[in-house]
Amino acid sequence: MSTEFDLDRPWRLDERVAIRPEPFGALLYHFGTRRLSFLKNHTVLTVVRALADQPSARAACRHAGVGEGELPAYANALAALADSNMIHERTVA
Amino acid sequence: MTSRLIQQFERGLAAPICLTWELTYACNLACVHCLSSSGRRDPGELTTMECEAVIGTLQRMQVFYVNIGGGEPTVRPDFWHLVDYSTAHRVGVKFSTNGVRIDAAVARRLAASNYVDVQISLDGATADVNDAVRGPGSHEMALRAMAHLKAAGFRGFKLSVVVTRHNVAQLNMFKKLADDHDAQLRLTRLRPSGRGADVWHELHPTAEQQRELYDWLCTQGEQVLTGDSFFHLSPYGGPLPGLNLCGAGRVVCLIDPVGDVYACPFAIHENFLAGSVRQPGGFEAVWRDAPLFASLRQPQTGGACRSCGFYDSCRGGCMAAKFFTGLPLDGPDPECAQGHGEAALAAVDTSSRPRPEGDHSHRRVPVTIGRRPPQRACDENPLA
Repeated sequence: MSTEFDLDRPWRLDERVAIRPEPFGALLYHFGTRRLSFLKNHTVLTVVRALADQPSARAACRHAGVGEGELPAYANALAALADSNMIHERTVA
Repeated sequence: MTSRLIQQFERGLAAPICLTWELTYACNLACVHCLSSSGRRDPGELTTMECEAVIGTLQRMQVFYVNIGGGEPTVRPDFWHLVDYSTAHRVGVKFSTNGVRIDAAVARRLAASNYVDVQISLDGATADVNDAVRGPGSHEMALRAMAHLKAAGFRGFKLSVVVTRHNVAQLNMFKKLADDHDAQLRLTRLRPSGRGADVWHELHPTAEQQRELYDWLCTQGEQVLTGDSFFHLSPYGGPLPGLNLCGAGRVVCLIDPVGDVYACPFAIHENFLAGSVRQPGGFEAVWRDAPLFASLRQPQTGGACRSCGFYDSCRGGCMAAKFFTGLPLDGPDPECAQGHGEAALAAVDTSSRPRPEGDHSHRRVPVTIGRRPPQRACDENPLA
């Protein structure tokens, strides 16, 4: 079900997704699929917000202070967001 | 859903996830189980400008979408304007309708918007079962609206069904009806709210039917939506898809047509009235500061249910269902899957049951020979 997530590719948030910060992390809502997702802490929120400006998902994680050992957990979280079309691979110009 | 996240939700969010906004008490139908006892418009209903101000607040609070209902919201003359105003302000709209205003042109317009979702109410797959609850001609009206939406290419609109004793045998028919119209089936629970208080005891599914419903829902997974209605059935074997918690005042609430804010759409009663969008600070202040909401966001004790091994899965069920059937709020749900509700209901003094408030039902005109005709056509029918 969950696809392999490529941390070394550049990613971006879907333009139809809105983010609402919450005490536990954030809520994501996709206006196209009308689906809700949850970001379960503030670090993953920082990662998601940094995606568009960083050359890769790995760089976005590093930017947010994610340690090497935590990377697999964050890759899983990003894979789930990719599966629900909340984030997409971005093509680099 | 992790239990840590559930705990966060129980403490409340910065803004509701799911906000129901009933735009009018006017309705062309008179369903016997109407949650809001709708029929006649209330003279104090929010004006167009007041509605626009509410939408501005919701945009600021980042409420992603509102569930608009009524009454029949589409009979408000400014309904389509408010839908456009809302979506232009990044507040998505999902509205519930009996289909009365969904003709071919409206369906095409709806199909063209990314930010509008439609929910057609139907409580029987066949006209006889539906019309007994929703009134003569209402089945045909809903089916006509669905046909228009399908013809316009609106994929994934919702077919919304309140499960009753009489339609629970039609679940597969409802599913086929939804599939045939490129729609998604949504099943919700019959609540003893509004006029529903008068018919709940005769219409709510029996214990055996509830078990069948639960098993059927398990076979459907996420294909059939439930609006988190049936979390009280979790003890039958595990949670159904959804948050599985009572979100009243924590993740959901209701704005009624006159701007009063209640903890949930099923609890129109002063005990659950948190404030009004017309008071200083508007909806934002009510959501953030209302003492009622603060108390709902406190840890709940579980009361009589605390010793039950299933309390973690059903959390005592639905507050409104308990309240309007006269049960204590910290005891079992009237439809408790463990059967504790039936015994509790039998012990209730029926004369002490709280009555739903704000009855806007059409006035029943006594049939007498030579009665005077209504002064204006709209005294009898808001569509006239």
